[in-house]
Amino acid sequence: MAVVSIKNKLRRGNLLVGNDPYIPTDFESIATTTVGSTSVANIEFTSIASTYTHLQIRLINLSSSAGTNLELRFNSDTGNNYDTHWLYGSGSSATAGAATNLDYVWAAGAGSSTAPAGVVVDILDYRNTNKYKTVRTLGGYDTNGGGYIYFTSGLWRNTNAITSLKITCNANFNQYSQVALYGIKVAS
Amino acid sequence: MAITYEPIATTTLGSAQSSVTFSSISGSYTDIILVINAKANTGTANIVWEVNSDTGTNYSYTYVNAEPGGVTASGRASSTASPYLNFYGYLDTTWGNWIAHFMNYSNTTTYKSVLARFNNSNNGTGANVGLWRSTSAITQIKIKTSANNFDTGSTFTLYGIKAA
Repeated sequence: MAVVSIKNKLRRGNLLVGNDPYIPTDFESIATTTVGSTSVANIEFTSIASTYTHLQIRLINLSSSAGTNLELRFNSDTGNNYDTHWLYGSGSSATAGAATNLDYVWAAGAGSSTAPAGVVVDILDYRNTNKYKTVRTLGGYDTNGGGYIYFTSGLWRNTNAITSLKITCNANFNQYSQVALYGIKVAS
Repeated sequence: MAITYEPIATTTLGSAQSSVTFSSISGSYTDIILVINAKANTGTANIVWEVNSDTGTNYSYTYVNAEPGGVTASGRASSTASPYLNFYGYLDTTWGNWIAHFMNYSNTTTYKSVLARFNNSNNGTGANVGLWRSTSAITQIKIKTSANNFDTGSTFTLYGIKAA
């Protein structure tokens, strides 16, 4: 079944069998950082325009210690204003849990020096000034004998529009790690 | 600003078959996303991915999933030639969907990680991370069943995402 906008009458296909493939025309690349020969602990995007509705981060991380937290903070807020839920698999068991009043959103675990972690983070309604900000992630790494797969969600208890975000890995983003920020628009 | 999320190719099966291959994938994107909406023509099967015609034991994966009856579980396979996109959440005669992200697929300096989500209302849902231990750029992706066939009407769509 196609989806037709009641406002502009544009037809949008969906992913059901028989429809044309969905083509998200309003998914735009904002900025990308690729780590050079000097490892870094933080990658930050600043002056994020408010011209989008949602943000997505897509990254690969190579680090010196697999499983080290990948942490997300907004607008330089280092207070205990974040909450996180998680479900992860260690390769032998599944674990769910939650933590409140953190000073970061837990995005996933870092990759090893050779097996990159892949992480996709969605930041919803990031510019809205009437609600706290919610985040969801899918991430993981596999080292051919070890590794984790993660679902996490996060809340930043602040109604300010997000204008900057920082991703931290205390085991560093090693060379060839890459973090890309995208903006997603919806029809106005 | 340029569109950065583009459809590359789509295959809709006109008859049941055991595999679908996307070849000559351009290296001009950053990530590749494969969206599968499929069911089996009979019985059940796992969905297996293979890249660049590499049939060696150069793959591994770790999964977490919810199984029928409310059970959650995690497991892995190492040094396998048959990496799954699922575990539970496998292919059966109910329509399901599988979405796989081939992260930084075209770089020639790192091993390749593949993030997947799988959903089958009949037998489970979860996520999977796979590794291909090669620094080669991915130029071909083959999706195949471990048994039986993908049924008629199954769709396989490849998208490219391009970073600035």
